[in-house]
Amino acid sequence: MNKRVAGHAISRRSTPLHGLATPYLFILPWVVGFLAFTFGPLLFSLYTSFYDWPLIGEPKFIGLTNYYNMLFDDSEFRRSFWITLKFTALYVPTNMIVALLLALLLNRPMFASGFFRAVFYLPSIISGVALVTIWSWMFSHEYGVLNYMLSIIGIEPVNWLGSPKWALYSIVIVGLWAVGQPMLIFLAGLKSIQKDLYEAASLSGVGRIGQFFLITLPMLTPVLLFNLVNTIITSFQQLTEAMLLTKGGPAKATYLFAIYIYDTAFKHHDMGYASALSWFSFLLILLLTGVIFKTSSLWVFYEAEMKQEKA
Amino acid sequence: MARTSPFTLFRWMLIALLAAAFIFPFYWTLVTALKGKAELLTWPPIWWPAEARWWNFVDAWNSQPFATFFKNSVIVTVLCTVGQLLSSSLVAFGFARFVFRGRDFLFMLLLAAMMVPWDVTMIPRYMEFNWLGWINTLKPLIVPAWFGSPAFIFLLRQFILSIPKELDEAAKMDGANMLQIYWKIHLPLMLPALILVGTFQFLYAWNDYIGPLIYLNDESTYTLTLGLAQFKGLHATNLTSLAAMAVMLCIPPLCLFFLAQRYIMDSSLSSGIKG
Repeated sequence: MNKRVAGHAISRRSTPLHGLATPYLFILPWVVGFLAFTFGPLLFSLYTSFYDWPLIGEPKFIGLTNYYNMLFDDSEFRRSFWITLKFTALYVPTNMIVALLLALLLNRPMFASGFFRAVFYLPSIISGVALVTIWSWMFSHEYGVLNYMLSIIGIEPVNWLGSPKWALYSIVIVGLWAVGQPMLIFLAGLKSIQKDLYEAASLSGVGRIGQFFLITLPMLTPVLLFNLVNTIITSFQQLTEAMLLTKGGPAKATYLFAIYIYDTAFKHHDMGYASALSWFSFLLILLLTGVIFKTSSLWVFYEAEMKQEKA
Repeated sequence: MARTSPFTLFRWMLIALLAAAFIFPFYWTLVTALKGKAELLTWPPIWWPAEARWWNFVDAWNSQPFATFFKNSVIVTVLCTVGQLLSSSLVAFGFARFVFRGRDFLFMLLLAAMMVPWDVTMIPRYMEFNWLGWINTLKPLIVPAWFGSPAFIFLLRQFILSIPKELDEAAKMDGANMLQIYWKIHLPLMLPALILVGTFQFLYAWNDYIGPLIYLNDESTYTLTLGLAQFKGLHATNLTSLAAMAVMLCIPPLCLFFLAQRYIMDSSLSSGIKG
């Protein structure tokens, strides 16, 4: 293949780099990378999932046994899956609300608005490891500054990372601090809403709150869809923070699905079973994204559609 | 709008309060890094140490082979960023400026590849790099960045599409081939988008923890994130050093952010990128 490509380029010397193969040469890096690092691995992990595949030693074909065991005979799978669902149910709505709230507050001309925008964005550019280092000391039960602040307003100290009840919330709080990317995307969405819509609304006597529900929210739904899908995917794959902040504990209260996959592959070296687990998570994300997109026509409002109807 | 109403003032104060809450963890980490041992455990907490112990940073740096970790992090980050800029822009140019058979299909594939979550390819990638004998080297962290990334290719392609084709035609009349058009005309024009891509790739490579965790076992190959995480596991009580290293880990991203802020905050450029 490569020889033919090279030969082709040379044979048409009069117009160098205008041969039929030229475009393919430009995109070749990505095609190779796609096969080697995305598509190949994707297929290979599907293949592996039908095997009992230790890291060292002979793989053995076992058909659907991994999937059967996972679904019917693995309490760890069920527990970590349940915790991940709980985490997603907490993480996604809070993230969306905080991101939208910050974007709404920033979307007005005011003193130092650029500075504020940068401040809200900053936490999302630092490493998860730094994030966790910073917060684990603030969360400290006895000496943590967070509990000190709560004590000022008369709230009993919370054992953030040490109690099964609070540990999952702690990870959600850390996630809320790094909400910069969805905030920025909401802000871009807000900026693209035409101002005359609001003028028309206030002329008809619609108040600020009414304007939010009648104009802002519907016009933001395409951006909301984008943020929603992204945040759900992030929350399903959450690994770094949970692993470093609580190590999945205490009493496995924060043992998320991604940690279970990691442990199965790299601690127990059970590559076949870990692949089956990761394919389960992949299919679930695909399904969830598919459902969201399918139902999105019910709640996402596209301006272009409006214009078509008018015309 | 010019007159300051009580509502506007209230909103401004609310934002200022929230901003203070967002900046506080950074401040608190810096203060922790500067405190003496006794000052850490006082109740109520001390808001600024009696004496700022800047030498805590030096002690922290010397307590582990952080110089080696730093060197590894720099190698990975620089090589990833250079590779990503070259490969993604080249591929983006190919998609934007050529009509060829299978282009739309391949482009759809590229968009679909963005949806593949990393944890489903994590295990086979490890086996692949293990088979190549790359475990315990920095290669698994660097090499993939030299083959382009769908999100970045997409972003750069959109940018190239906004550049008038007449420019290419004129260069062709002067005898330039497509590679020269890419290198001499489009690459300089792409600069704002390249800064954005470079910034995100830099941040990703510098901040990555899972990659180094999976591929690196030998301490001499550790990156800073992995080194700090290990340090945290072993010396959880050495808070000043931990905080000092966390501060140092944040400095390069923060500097880069302030340099490239204009491009990151430009929503028309960045709204298509995942964080």
